[in-house]
Amino acid sequence: MSEQYQARIPIYPRSVKGRFRNLKWAVLALAYGVFFLLPWLRWERAFGPDQAVLFDIPGRRFYLFDLLVHPQDIFWLAAVLIILALLLFMVTGLAGRVFCGYFCFQTLWTDVFMAIERAIQGDRGARMRLDRSGWTAGRLLKKGATHAVWLGVAFLTGLTFTLYWADAPALAAAFFTGQAPFAAYATTGLLTLTTWLLAGVLREQVCTYMCPYARFQSVMFDRDTLIISYDRDRGEGTAGRATLRGGGRDLAARREGGVGDCIDCDYCVQVCPVGIDIRDGLQYQCIHCALCVDACDAVMDRLKWPRGLVRYTSEHALAGQRTRLLKPKTLGYGVPLLLITLLLAWGVAHQAPLDASVSQVRQPLFVRLSDGSIQNSYEIKVNNKTQYPMTLEVRVSGLDGAVLDMGRIEQVTLMPEHRTTLLARVRYQAPPGAARQQALVFELVPVMPEGLDPVLVGSQFILR
Amino acid sequence: MNEPGHEQQSAPGKPGEVETTGHVWDGDLREYNNPLPRWWLWSFYATVVFSLIYWLLYPAWPIAGTYTKGVAWINYEVEGEPQRSHWNSRALLLRDMQTGDAAVRQREFLQVIAEADHDTVLSDTDMLAFVNSYARGIFGDFCAACHQTGGAGIIGLYPNLADDNWHWGGTIQAIEQTITRGRMGYMPPYRETFDDQQADAVAAYVLSLAGHEGGDPEQVSLGGAIFQGYEGGCYACHGREGLGLKSQGAPNLTNDIWQNIDVTGAQSHAERQALVRDLILRGVQREMPAFGDRLSPAEIRVLATYVHQLGGGL
Ligand code: SF4
Ligand code: SF4
Repeated sequence: MSEQYQARIPIYPRSVKGRFRNLKWAVLALAYGVFFLLPWLRWERAFGPDQAVLFDIPGRRFYLFDLLVHPQDIFWLAAVLIILALLLFMVTGLAGRVFCGYFCFQTLWTDVFMAIERAIQGDRGARMRLDRSGWTAGRLLKKGATHAVWLGVAFLTGLTFTLYWADAPALAAAFFTGQAPFAAYATTGLLTLTTWLLAGVLREQVCTYMCPYARFQSVMFDRDTLIISYDRDRGEGTAGRATLRGGGRDLAARREGGVGDCIDCDYCVQVCPVGIDIRDGLQYQCIHCALCVDACDAVMDRLKWPRGLVRYTSEHALAGQRTRLLKPKTLGYGVPLLLITLLLAWGVAHQAPLDASVSQVRQPLFVRLSDGSIQNSYEIKVNNKTQYPMTLEVRVSGLDGAVLDMGRIEQVTLMPEHRTTLLARVRYQAPPGAARQQALVFELVPVMPEGLDPVLVGSQFILR
Repeated sequence: MNEPGHEQQSAPGKPGEVETTGHVWDGDLREYNNPLPRWWLWSFYATVVFSLIYWLLYPAWPIAGTYTKGVAWINYEVEGEPQRSHWNSRALLLRDMQTGDAAVRQREFLQVIAEADHDTVLSDTDMLAFVNSYARGIFGDFCAACHQTGGAGIIGLYPNLADDNWHWGGTIQAIEQTITRGRMGYMPPYRETFDDQQADAVAAYVLSLAGHEGGDPEQVSLGGAIFQGYEGGCYACHGREGLGLKSQGAPNLTNDIWQNIDVTGAQSHAERQALVRDLILRGVQREMPAFGDRLSPAEIRVLATYVHQLGGGL
């Protein structure tokens, strides 16, 4: 009977230098720059906050530079999510887990936390020694300092996230004087805790045990997908891999003797942040971070042997076949992706300046008035989605002789971003024999500012 | 994914050998051991502890007709009286409706509207929008049982508030008074006064006032004489022209709106005449209760504004 539960096997990733590591640092710098600085970017607007990106939940609108997103634009969100999903599927089908390896928050924040750990406790060997040593003052100090810096970064992360939901300078000032709303403290606190936990403590376990994407990625892989792989034929030869001492340093001699090019130095294993051996083949834990490629390339460079024993390749390429990138699958993801993107762009470009709906009052549907005419009532909801005040007139058309009665309301002035509900009564002296149901159109005509198209909303008039 | 590799992180045991739990069924079925991380187990225990605490604090378990109430409590008020009960979402809602941000803002705006004059309210789209949504709730609670949702009323029982015809006046002031003090509408029965012929004649005259052609001209002129003369005296309340008298709640007879009998629904003139005649003979007595002690002046104000707007008219 074996163990049903497993304690975590600690991983001590070793640092590595190389082109993919540099690329990853560049992506990280860009992502951090955007995330941490964006809330502080000011933006000029005629109405509304002067913050470039602001998610105003109480006001129910999102400010994205010059774009204003309203709850009615929820379809945009749907489109964005579909675009992201399709993009993810397509990229993963073509190039494997590039999202995991280069862009995922988990990877980015874990990278930073590992860098902090390395700066304080030293590289792999030093950290392993430290963990084996007793609880000395030095160890306590180093561990404590690591967690303190981690918590600091985690706090900045949480606070920055919170700043996106309110005026950043004001909220930051209120935050440190104890005057911010409870939600701000709660959000920051929760994110500080989870960032520290996920990037500092749990790390690769998030990818292996929690992340659903890590698991369904395999569905999108095929034999043409770009993967990080060990070139087994080259590395193992016919007689298997051998260390430099066992197989010699001369490449030609090794190959002569059937010995593979892998010198079994274990560098690729030591740098792996998820603690696997890439030479065992493609594994679900692998986040395609490409650090083992950098590691092996470094080893090969030092030996002056050709690079690429561990490299980006595909299963077809490894088997000596051609890698096909333009396939029905790529088109199947690519065409809908293009369509949805165009649709979204069209929707954003054609955002209506106002939003109107008309619903007929149903109880009662119609009433007979003193003069013998029939009256129907309607509820008109209008929402000014622009950034300037707008004055509207309501008119009816499509039913000859119908008279609109809005009481004393002649024109409606809506402040930017303001909405209101109007009660409109329509009277109609029906000619004998008129059909029970008549079509009617409400026209919401902007009179100020001029030049805006009227919004037409169809409705009906019920006679009996 | 075609190369199996190790199925789990650092599987114990020799390479190529898969660890099993040791369970064997049917001689050869074995269960692979892919151990869960231990912290996962601890997380599970943590959720168990969470629910225990939750059960202790909040209502949780049904027990024969009642339930465990938990030790957490909530304070709120009912009609100014402080109340305290075990935590429950109904009390939370009550408290929110009394002291929640939205409730406070709503009360403030209600007060602004109640203090503004009628013209201001009727010309302000924001105030009207508030009136229409706020008063609809009050109307639903206090008025709709009789006047029906939307105020359509029921012929013969409760007047229609959605048309432009008002017995007691359709200005906001008049409606406020109606709501605050209630109304008593009374038309005496003429069973003792009129014989059948006279009642028929008055009915024919009244229908002609409302524009219904087809009455016997002789009956109409006889009816007119009774209506305008000492015998019937109908003009005293309904007026010489039949336009009604709002101070008495006497309806206008010159339009085709009928609150007590379904004249417009009748198929023939004879049927209409019979309906009116029967009404004259039996009279009308209706009462609307006063709401002055059940609604605040501010509530009555918005309610009256709402009702005024339903159909228009004065
Ligand atoms: S096997 Fe290589 S690419 Fe995969 S996670 Fe480990 S180091 Fe990164
Ligand atoms: S780094 Fe390269 S040479 Fe060293 S063990 Fe890994 S695959 Fe072999």
